[in-house]
Amino acid sequence: MPLSRHARFAAAILPHLDRAHNLARWLLANRQDAEDAVQDSYLRALTYFDSFHGRDGRAWLLAIVRNTCFERLRKNRRHLELPVEHIELARDTSPDPEALQLQLADQAAVRRGLESLPAEFREVLVLREMEGLSYQQIARVTEAPLGTVMSRLARARRRFEEALAAARKEETA
Amino acid sequence: MNCREIERLLGPYRDGELDPERSADVAVHQRNCEDCRAALERLEQLSAAIESAPRYPASPELRARLESRFADGRQPYGRWLLLAAGLAAAALVIGRLTPVADLRPQDALANEVVRAHLRSLVVGHLWDVAASGHHTVKPWLAAKLDFPFDVEDISSRGLLLAGGRVDSVDGRTVAVLVYRRGGHVISVFVWPAAQPPDRPPAGRSVHGFNVIDWRADGLNWWAVSDLELGELNELPLSPCFLPAHETLGG
Ligand SMILES: [Zn+2]
Repeated sequence: MPLSRHARFAAAILPHLDRAHNLARWLLANRQDAEDAVQDSYLRALTYFDSFHGRDGRAWLLAIVRNTCFERLRKNRRHLELPVEHIELARDTSPDPEALQLQLADQAAVRRGLESLPAEFREVLVLREMEGLSYQQIARVTEAPLGTVMSRLARARRRFEEALAAARKEETA
Repeated sequence: MNCREIERLLGPYRDGELDPERSADVAVHQRNCEDCRAALERLEQLSAAIESAPRYPASPELRARLESRFADGRQPYGRWLLLAAGLAAAALVIGRLTPVADLRPQDALANEVVRAHLRSLVVGHLWDVAASGHHTVKPWLAAKLDFPFDVEDISSRGLLLAGGRVDSVDGRTVAVLVYRRGGHVISVFVWPAAQPPDRPPAGRSVHGFNVIDWRADGLNWWAVSDLELGELNELPLSPCFLPAHETLGG
């Protein structure tokens, strides 16, 4: 007896939940929207699961997540101002309060810099730098030609560099 | 190449996306060119900055909601779903297996078969051909393989042949017989042995999976499962352990 469809789905797609949520959260910049989008994405993924041929569950799911998110972004353009939220400090907990302060300020700058970019640029940076996807995988997720991925990534990096410099200046001002 | 051309390649160079030749060009150039070296350094810093940005894993509530929704057992599949739940954790192990290059040959192979076993579980693709009805697996495998495949079925009480697939181990195509015992999956990898002398079974444990390998009839055999080593060792996995049973077909 082969695995049931549900069980195959659970085994192939559920392990990528954190990545799916991270991408949605960065694209939508809002906790509730991200959760809703991830839930929608999983329902869609189940619907289309028969078209999944067992190659790369992560890329397959992320493609659905990003399409769901971009649909949402198109629908509520106005809904883009960013709520202030408490963020957990990523890893490193330095004992020196002053160093910690600086680190927190810099992390805030990084986050603001990223969030100020257009969604397409945020997306390609998240996929490349956080998820470590290859250009080929990014092309599959975003349904874009490889050349487009490369030029988009280059532009995203330039824009992020500028945005980061500006945000850092503001944080230390 | 001049700086303009190199500059376009710095990102792909850093991302490991250039072919070896162009990658070498960039490496040489940036060693001799301060500007391009600085540009590369800036890319590193951007990458480090993003590394420090927060990650947003799913909340426990969202995870619980989705898991109960999708992994919610309709009865007949209960134990498979339990298995599936364990796989989320297993998926993490794949990335942590020791790099193959650092190991002695047998250990490297053990690592590779465990990786292949785990991959099949995580992707949920246990077999290419299911052992439904009689005589389906052997001819299917024989047609796909580049070595003669004439292996007896070793199904016995409590050990059922579920299907077969081809996989890749040690840089070659290998046959995989997938057995089930209760809720456990056992992958048995088979391929021709380079050195002839037979070898008795030896067991080892790799990242929570148990592996037994032996050499018989000019074939390498590797069995991988989450069954206890002792239990795995007692299964009649090798035809040389047993008088001939019904063959796999044909
Ligand atoms: Zn240069």
